Amino acid sequence: MRILPNGDRALLVELPGQEAMLGLYTALAAAPPPGVTDVVPAARTLTLLLGPSADPVRIAAAVRGARPGAAAGSAAAVEVPVVYDGPDLADVAARTGLTPGEVVAAHTGTPWRVAFTGFAPGFGYLDGGDPRLDVPRRGTPRVRVPAGAVGLAGRFSGVYPVDSPGGWQLIGRTEAVLWDLDRDPPALLRPGVEVRFVRREP
Amino acid sequence: MKRGLDVLQSGLLATVQDLGRPGHAALGVGVAGAADPDSFRLANRAVGNAEDAAAIEATFGGLHVRFRGGAFAAVTGAPAPLTVDGRAVAPFSVFHVPDGAELRMGTPPSGLRSYLAVRGGIAVPPVLGSRSTDTLSGLGPAPLKPGDLLPVGPPPREHPRLDVLPVAAPPARDVELRAIPGPRADWLAPGALDALFASPYAVTSEIDRVGMRLDGPRLEHAGRGELPSEGTVTGALQVPPSGLPVLFLADHPVTGGYPVIAVVVSADVGRAAQARPGQRLRFRPHPAPPLAGPRPRQEGP
Repeated sequence: MRILPNGDRALLVELPGQEAMLGLYTALAAAPPPGVTDVVPAARTLTLLLGPSADPVRIAAAVRGARPGAAAGSAAAVEVPVVYDGPDLADVAARTGLTPGEVVAAHTGTPWRVAFTGFAPGFGYLDGGDPRLDVPRRGTPRVRVPAGAVGLAGRFSGVYPVDSPGGWQLIGRTEAVLWDLDRDPPALLRPGVEVRFVRREP
Repeated sequence: MKRGLDVLQSGLLATVQDLGRPGHAALGVGVAGAADPDSFRLANRAVGNAEDAAAIEATFGGLHVRFRGGAFAAVTGAPAPLTVDGRAVAPFSVFHVPDGAELRMGTPPSGLRSYLAVRGGIAVPPVLGSRSTDTLSGLGPAPLKPGDLLPVGPPPREHPRLDVLPVAAPPARDVELRAIPGPRADWLAPGALDALFASPYAVTSEIDRVGMRLDGPRLEHAGRGELPSEGTVTGALQVPPSGLPVLFLADHPVTGGYPVIAVVVSADVGRAAQARPGQRLRFRPHPAPPLAGPRPRQEGP
């Protein structure tokens, strides 16, 4: 673990990998050290946002002494039904050397996990899927990707929570509601949550 | 009758702001809040509101509102000329707007964002604990438009105590900002940090509540590949592949993948947010807060 100052109101905590990140995230989110106003999970780091009266020395010591918690795990698993008719499905098949049916089988065959969020409220970067599905972003992002579009980029999969611009390769769509302000919490996908995609007929 | 403000004209961009909604990063929700928090707080203090009561952030003046119910008000930040039913009132002062009177904000001579606080606060319904408009995610009330009616809350117990607020308006000349190097200065080529602190950077016309695109000497990447996405902070100077830094303001994305060469100290972010296109920013190195006590412990790899 390495802790770096990130300006005067944040600390950047570098961790060896995603497991360590999720473990420490779970511990700090459950019991944030005094003065920490938010914990931002990312690929291999946590960013701790500090309030005006925070003591960085004490917080850094608390982070070093924190016992990693168990990630949300199977207790928080969600099933996302997907109609696999995305505009980039054929392109993803061509890039991966799979048939479209094999892309679908790969996407549904392995559980994914929300590594971190960002980009938009309710957008989760899903990791841990079938490694054959590693495809680059589209060369030219789309101006509008509809809410519910299911995409791939790098080793990640994700579902667009609201209509937005986006450059991920779209392989399908879901009617699952990723973001709902009348729900508590509003986001379906949160760091550590396991996600299983299930094929649905159109 | 319910107290409120009728929006007659919104100017370039006017939004409801408070001190934001920290605590929801794991949902992909950023903090947002007033772009110049010190000016925002001052406006609230002036009218006796709690510091985090919602107020209006007007960009480059142009806001016209009619008061339903008389109320005390104050305008801070960019010192836009003000009239109440045609009679001039001063920014950085507490004034009373009678029931039915129209408050008009002209174009400020310096600065970009003016804060209109009304005694009682803007009482739109909060979203995830905040009334702030996050222009990046679309959370919170939509930007103001003519025809909107903004409810005003009940007056607080505390009374306005100051008539005139002892502050200086945002400068029209170069703006000096203290910045703490890192956390990813080592992802930039050697000399990039020196270049950042040696030359002024001009504010371009590409500025909004998310960030400010700057123009000056290009800061080359060190060629270490792609940085995995990590949390971003207000004040961060993020360097995209173009080498021209972007200074993140209140509505910045929650995570980002370009290296951050330095972070403007929190006390100076508000002054950065007041800089206009063409104004120059001069960054001065500032020491990072220490992260260990007198006897630093050895850290693992």
